[in-house]
Amino acid sequence: MEAFATRGSAPPASRVTPLEWLRANLFSSPANTLLTLASAYVLYLAMPPLVSWSLIHADWAGTTREDCTGGGACWVFVRARFDQFMYGFYPHEERWRVDLAFGLLALLAALVLVRRFPFRKWSAVVLIVAYPPTAYLLFVGGALGLPHVETARWGGLSLTLVIAGVGMAASFPLGVLLALGRRSALPAVRLASVVFIEFWRGVPLITVLFMASVMLPLFLPEGVTLDKLLRALIGVALFQSAYMAEVVRGGLQAVPKGQVEAAAALGLGYWKTMGLVVLPQALRHVIPGIVNTFIALFKDTTLVLIIGLFDLLGIVQAAITDPKWLGMSVEGYMFAGLGFWIFCFAMSRYSQYIERRLAVDRPRR
Amino acid sequence: MKLCGFHQAIALACLFSFSLPVHSGVTLDAVRAKGFIQCGVNQGLPGFSNPDDAGQWSGLDVDFCRALAAALFGDSEKVKFTPLSAKGRLTALQSGEIDVLSRNTTWTLTRDTALGLHFAGVIYYDGQGFMVRRDLGVESARDLNGASVCVHTGTTSELNLADYFRANGMKYTPVVFEKADESVAAYDSGRCDVLTTDQSQLYGQRLKLKDLEVHKVLPEVISKEPLGPVVRQGDDEWFNVVKWTLFAMINAEELGVTSANAAGLRASATDPNVRRLLGVEGDKGRDLGLSNDWALDIVRMVGNYGEVFERNLGAQTPLKIERGLNQLWNRGGIMYAPPIR
Amino acid sequence: MLERKRLSGWWYDRRLRGWLAQAALVAAIAVACAYVAGNTVENLQRQGIASGFAFFSSEAGFGILQSLIDYDETATYGRAFLVGLLNTLLVAGVGIVLATLIGFVMGVARLSSNWLVARLAALYIEAVRNVPLLLQLFFWYFGVLRALPSPRDSVNLFDAVFLNIRGLYLPSVLAEPGFEWLVAAVAAGFGVAATVAWWARRRRLRTGKPFPSLRVALSGVIGLPLLAAWITGFPLRFEYPELSGFNFVGGLVLVPEFVALVLALSIYTGAFIAEIARAGILSVSRGQTEAALALGLSPRLTLRLVVIPQALRVIIPPLTSQYLNLTKNSSLAAAIAYPELVSVFAGTVLNQTGQAIEVIAITMAVYLTISLLIAGFMNFYNRRMALVER
Repeated sequence: MEAFATRGSAPPASRVTPLEWLRANLFSSPANTLLTLASAYVLYLAMPPLVSWSLIHADWAGTTREDCTGGGACWVFVRARFDQFMYGFYPHEERWRVDLAFGLLALLAALVLVRRFPFRKWSAVVLIVAYPPTAYLLFVGGALGLPHVETARWGGLSLTLVIAGVGMAASFPLGVLLALGRRSALPAVRLASVVFIEFWRGVPLITVLFMASVMLPLFLPEGVTLDKLLRALIGVALFQSAYMAEVVRGGLQAVPKGQVEAAAALGLGYWKTMGLVVLPQALRHVIPGIVNTFIALFKDTTLVLIIGLFDLLGIVQAAITDPKWLGMSVEGYMFAGLGFWIFCFAMSRYSQYIERRLAVDRPRR
Repeated sequence: MKLCGFHQAIALACLFSFSLPVHSGVTLDAVRAKGFIQCGVNQGLPGFSNPDDAGQWSGLDVDFCRALAAALFGDSEKVKFTPLSAKGRLTALQSGEIDVLSRNTTWTLTRDTALGLHFAGVIYYDGQGFMVRRDLGVESARDLNGASVCVHTGTTSELNLADYFRANGMKYTPVVFEKADESVAAYDSGRCDVLTTDQSQLYGQRLKLKDLEVHKVLPEVISKEPLGPVVRQGDDEWFNVVKWTLFAMINAEELGVTSANAAGLRASATDPNVRRLLGVEGDKGRDLGLSNDWALDIVRMVGNYGEVFERNLGAQTPLKIERGLNQLWNRGGIMYAPPIR
Repeated sequence: MLERKRLSGWWYDRRLRGWLAQAALVAAIAVACAYVAGNTVENLQRQGIASGFAFFSSEAGFGILQSLIDYDETATYGRAFLVGLLNTLLVAGVGIVLATLIGFVMGVARLSSNWLVARLAALYIEAVRNVPLLLQLFFWYFGVLRALPSPRDSVNLFDAVFLNIRGLYLPSVLAEPGFEWLVAAVAAGFGVAATVAWWARRRRLRTGKPFPSLRVALSGVIGLPLLAAWITGFPLRFEYPELSGFNFVGGLVLVPEFVALVLALSIYTGAFIAEIARAGILSVSRGQTEAALALGLSPRLTLRLVVIPQALRVIIPPLTSQYLNLTKNSSLAAAIAYPELVSVFAGTVLNQTGQAIEVIAITMAVYLTISLLIAGFMNFYNRRMALVER
């Protein structure tokens, strides 16, 4: 009976020693060996100076340029201007409003996105309906005892987030409408949608921003002036809606035709079909695509510095040219780059996570 | 979809709340209704318009806008400043975003005609010059053949530069930047041999260079750059107010009225010119649509032209610019204002 | 008798509603356009701004840093427009070539079995993709290229190539009499290569015999011009850059604005192309490679005849859209001093003439044309390459 003992034993542990791993992965052939040595050499040339400049010899403490004595990076510059990089020229005593607005957004977004929370639907409704006017009130003020802060004073990372967020929020409904229009059976609607989408996708964002800031005032009747930030937001929203339309169109194509036919058999009209049957399925598929377009928009917001708005990159550039802080360009650009990188990398990781989850979730047909 | 519609309505409401209600065509009424003047200035030119760390603006152009506010409202603080690049300054004025452009802008024919603007006088007679490093050993602009020149786009400097080099049969390489700061930084880092812009700007931007002593300004002045405040065409009353504010400041210096003695002179002056200026005699203020204290408020709150010049560009400032052409006509310069009568 | 209940009334006619909706849409668009056009005309007249395209023949009056055609200050605005357009095409062309190279190399490296190389490629891709292009452009231009030495202290390679803050100076090739024969020989070489390739393919399809068409093509493209050069006595002269006065004169110069723009565009787009290449190569199922090897094809032939054609089908559409992005992103030259279409035409010319609507409309039309051309090519390619399915 001993021969048939069913007590299982664990599978043999992996017997790859570090040396074997090295041999298999790095030195498996003469060509590979050469590549490994070359890459190691490149790393050796690049990493030690970088680490020594940015960390070891860097100056972290102080308030003025004279405190930068180490010969390395002068992070004192970043610390001294950090508030400006974050809030722009927003008045000091009103900065709590910006914090509150973004805090609310983070809270509501967490409530909507984290699967385990209850009331996800209610949080979504609050986010879409109640949050925009609240955020607008907090940022602009002028009512309920909050002093008015003109948009010329907004800047830094908060302005980047405002432009990206408003651009995304405004372009989403328009993009969905355009995607539906492009797939419509009505020729005039389809033509109008196609022309609109191809036009905005074919021109660079910089020309759109120029058009918005220079030409938009000419399109409006005499005496109506638009705030500079608002013009940029309109341009960004129109531009982004075309890309959003293409993303949503991909999702619409992924919904099986049977769904539309079944809805028709049930007697649902066009809008009810779209709203209750097709769009919920389509939009689930395109969430990774939407996050990717958001990442692209987030990076493209840096272009507003060309029309004179001070987003994160713009305000870093302005700070670099301050005579009190000459020669800080590398530190400034590295800080801005790190800021953007953190946001974009986090979002792209989230998008990959959603994609993986959707691939698992989708029931096998 | 219902949510999206609501969202759209909010967006539309926000859109319209941003627009400033403006009476069509009459800037003066609009400014009065607003209660402040929207003044377009340079983003950062020491001596002309420069914000400090706390966001307070100072400079010759800034003080002119304060004088306008003093004339209109009796309060020199009733003005808001919009920093503008050289590129966007004229479109901002044309579109109505600002009421007056006080941003070291040169008076040219094209700007008067094709662009539909009015220049309300000359606040600073300037000219274009060149700045080079001393160690190049260049004594005159005629020796600059083959040089690379940093210049700021959207300015007359670009055109004058081309004309000057062509007229003298010299070649050059233009390196054109969007922002004045960038062209200065490029020159400082050695990207070009020469920096060219209005002389006043050379003195101002020089302060942003790493090592002042290494650079020098060449003697040649290659163009006429009369800088002055600009308004839109189509509103003669506003044009008059802006024009005569400038002339009041110049006349005040000519007549010896300063911020210190203005109030006293109002009571005690016997010179009829001073009495007309300060509103004791005549109704010049009312004719302009202002109160009769308009010039008194200007000089009392901001100063006369000489004081404003000294405060922003004079010997006590880092710029140390000589009055030169900007001295009064009867003291060797060409600052000449029509009389207030 | 069963009575069928019919929804009566014209409102329930789907076709009629469709027509009504379309008519309403067209009317709404027409009204909006009329409103905008009316406002624009009125505003232009009120502000006294000139309109029309007459400014194209006015004198420009400004200089341009780099131009592929002859240009000086007395040229017209129309010529300035052409200079900007050619610069855009130049940057786009060079950028596309470099980006494709960098992208494919990095994409293949990412799939390498060498752990270090794969990780480094992944680091490059993740680092570059998540930082805005404008920031990278500023980094290259203001950070890296500004640190180069002044002309007097240039980096000197064999007295022929000089590198300094004003640019990279290379010797240029000047034509001597007889140069036309060289050009003709190069053209003939390409013609021969194309003919040989076409003939060899037909022969292979008919008889199955391979032909070293690549080697023949290369020898034609290189050999014929060499032969022509030898016959005509090498009608070439090199012009070397020399430091004279302020800067180097003579030779070919690559200005730092151009180098920074091309570098930033290529590296940025290369990271996206690397991901596309990787996705393309991974999309070819492993069974294809195994079957090809089982048939006795060498790994190189497998790659060339089996894997790459199938990978290309997946790669080409997103690749062309990246090329389009690169062309549109070249407009960022407005932020550094490179004179391409947006910074010359929608920058300087717009400032000098004040005619915003005409200038911006033309700029947008140019980019729109380029993108429609590329999209058209992609549709044509997709149709040709589409898998013929039942």
